[in-house]
Amino acid sequence: MTPATDRPPRILEGQHLLGVEALKVGEIEALLGLADRYVDLNRQIDKKQATLRGRTQINLFFEASTRTQSSFELAGKRLGADVMNMSMSSSSLSKGETVLDTAMTLNAMHPDILVVRHHASGAPDLLAQKVGCAVVNAGDGQHEHPTQALLDALTIRRRLGRLDGLTVAICGDIAHSRVARSNIILLNRMGARVRLVAPSSLLPAAVGRLGAEVFTSMAEGLSGVDVVMMLRLQLERMQGAFVPSTREYYRFFGLDQDKLARAKQDALVMHPGPMNRGVEIDSGVADGIQSVIREQVEMGVAVRMAVLDALARNLPGGGNA
Amino acid sequence: MSPDTALRGRPERRAFVNAHIVDPSQGLDAAGGIVIADGRIVAIGPKVTAVNAGTGTPITDCGGKLLIPGLIDMRVFTGEPGNEHRETLASASEAAAAGGVTTIIVMPDTDPVIDDPAIVDFILRRARDTAIVRVAPMAALTQGLAGERMTEIGMLQEAGAVAVTDGRQALANARTFRRALAYARDFGMLVVQHVEEPTLANGVMNEGEQATRLGLPGIPAAAEVIMLERDIRLVELTGAAYHAAQISSAASLDVIRAAKAHGLPVSCGVSVNHLVLNENDIGAYRTFFKLSPPLRSEDDRKALVAGLADGSIDVIVSSHNPQNADTKRLPFSEAEFGAIGLETLFAAAFGLTRTSGVPIKRIIEAMTARPAQLLGLETGTLAAGAPADFTIADPDRSWTVETSLLRSRSKNTPFERHALEGRIVETVVAGESVYAYDQR
Repeated sequence: MTPATDRPPRILEGQHLLGVEALKVGEIEALLGLADRYVDLNRQIDKKQATLRGRTQINLFFEASTRTQSSFELAGKRLGADVMNMSMSSSSLSKGETVLDTAMTLNAMHPDILVVRHHASGAPDLLAQKVGCAVVNAGDGQHEHPTQALLDALTIRRRLGRLDGLTVAICGDIAHSRVARSNIILLNRMGARVRLVAPSSLLPAAVGRLGAEVFTSMAEGLSGVDVVMMLRLQLERMQGAFVPSTREYYRFFGLDQDKLARAKQDALVMHPGPMNRGVEIDSGVADGIQSVIREQVEMGVAVRMAVLDALARNLPGGGNA
Repeated sequence: MSPDTALRGRPERRAFVNAHIVDPSQGLDAAGGIVIADGRIVAIGPKVTAVNAGTGTPITDCGGKLLIPGLIDMRVFTGEPGNEHRETLASASEAAAAGGVTTIIVMPDTDPVIDDPAIVDFILRRARDTAIVRVAPMAALTQGLAGERMTEIGMLQEAGAVAVTDGRQALANARTFRRALAYARDFGMLVVQHVEEPTLANGVMNEGEQATRLGLPGIPAAAEVIMLERDIRLVELTGAAYHAAQISSAASLDVIRAAKAHGLPVSCGVSVNHLVLNENDIGAYRTFFKLSPPLRSEDDRKALVAGLADGSIDVIVSSHNPQNADTKRLPFSEAEFGAIGLETLFAAAFGLTRTSGVPIKRIIEAMTARPAQLLGLETGTLAAGAPADFTIADPDRSWTVETSLLRSRSKNTPFERHALEGRIVETVVAGESVYAYDQR
């Protein structure tokens, strides 16, 4: 056994990262602090670490994703893990295998960390009950996307120096957004004030009870905010089902320069991607001086490295187990 | 372009004195007069007389006749665009003016459907160029009136639509209706529904003894009540302003009363036909009495009159629906629904003051202040500063409805050869006289 003094400090209490709901303020701060260090590392020429040497990370994606999957893959590889990607949208599922069957099969391969994305809310929780390794939720249905909320928090904190006391407007398809849910929880926990701005048809029931102020007008909702966080609106939802049309959505809820002018002068513009330019966000704003959208992607890798590192510390043989 | 700015107004100053003014918006029911200038009302009240109207101001002596705000008819079908042989905006406006109606709210089920801001703009431009009364469209609630996808409610409102509705059909899909209500709420847009559960409404007249005797398929009052009750649950869920275009049964009235008692933003209308006629008027398959919703029993009619009197029913509409011989001179079950009614609206409604004792203020309010309030119009009132839209009626003149003299392009009136009491003698829109009864 390694001597106690060499052990990296424990950051997370739990074995898994299934949502930000379970995270305490101290855990969030510790993760963000660790991520800050990885940001610096990622900007060096030699990015390779041995932190996860010998560990196996499986990215189990039941729903197609380019950004999140490659971000997790890169994070694992930079920490020295062996990373395997499994896209389940096209393979076993079509053969009738259940989520748990898949998990048990993978479990037999002795992975250390399972990164899961699934279209059904709660699927990662179900997996976590059945496998022996650490499970990271990479987005489940309309429930949570914890690493997105962490990377958003890191981006804001690095730019504005704090989270406490800021006002953040989350705008768009709140109803179908796991990003919104994780951000509402995390930002509230860190002392920020959260506003939700969307047409009523895109607001889930009783969302005000989650600790956010609800607006149905961009002009009012963006007034004086420090951060404007736009959400993606899926095409099939804006052809009359939830929103009449893309042009009407852009007219009333798309972030353009006029609407942004309601926010604080240096307010940050964020978007989890991929963007629909000219629908929920104007191209000029997306690429403008206030936009930190590309920075969010960079923070994503660092945050995921911090999460993988922190979870590995709690694994058997990880020093804290 | 908003409907209230479409007409610029005549600059001349004029006075109308010695009138019996009834303006429910101000609680006014008194002898007096009004002075207008620049298309707006500048003075009103008992003190406006021939003596103090101002030197050089042309004066009209109303001879004690009724002077009321111009009527707002919330439910008018025309054939423009698409079926101009039945009615144009121009011909409908002529009929309206002769009936004391100074604002017509036209329905979106034209061809093409009013479901796009460009069509709203077209209607307003055509109205400006051809109509002699104000015209404001209700836009479609769903694209193509197909009942599936909501329209661009925000942009339609910006273009000048005053409410959204699927016209003569109900939006039956509860999920779609819920989302449309939620979305409309954000814009403060009134959602107007034809309350009839379509799967129960495949008949042609009121379900009951008469229908059975005539061998015609019936539409139960429950078809209306079911849709109304469902809608009110969705209003409760969404908080949207909701208006049942027309109710026809006593049972619906109970539902409306309960919803209002709960403080829900619910209102409803009734057609004047349902206040004065019943299913027995259909007689021997007279298709001009084939209406949607159908004329119901005498008990229902009496209940509706009582509901109007106590304010449970908000507005009276003509539900003016022009149909020609091609759609009406058919076996009853094959004929189209609908009757014209703009020109007879005032007289038919006014008759209720005498036959049923409904207070005149309530009847006028239901065709002026209340619809203006629901639709957010600045008309429907004679308050100083308001547009000079008003009408003068002779309450004691009776007249017989001669279809050949009606101005509508279609002649499908259920009041053919009826003697009505109360005759519109002059109608003024934005300070301009657009109708004068020639046998005055």
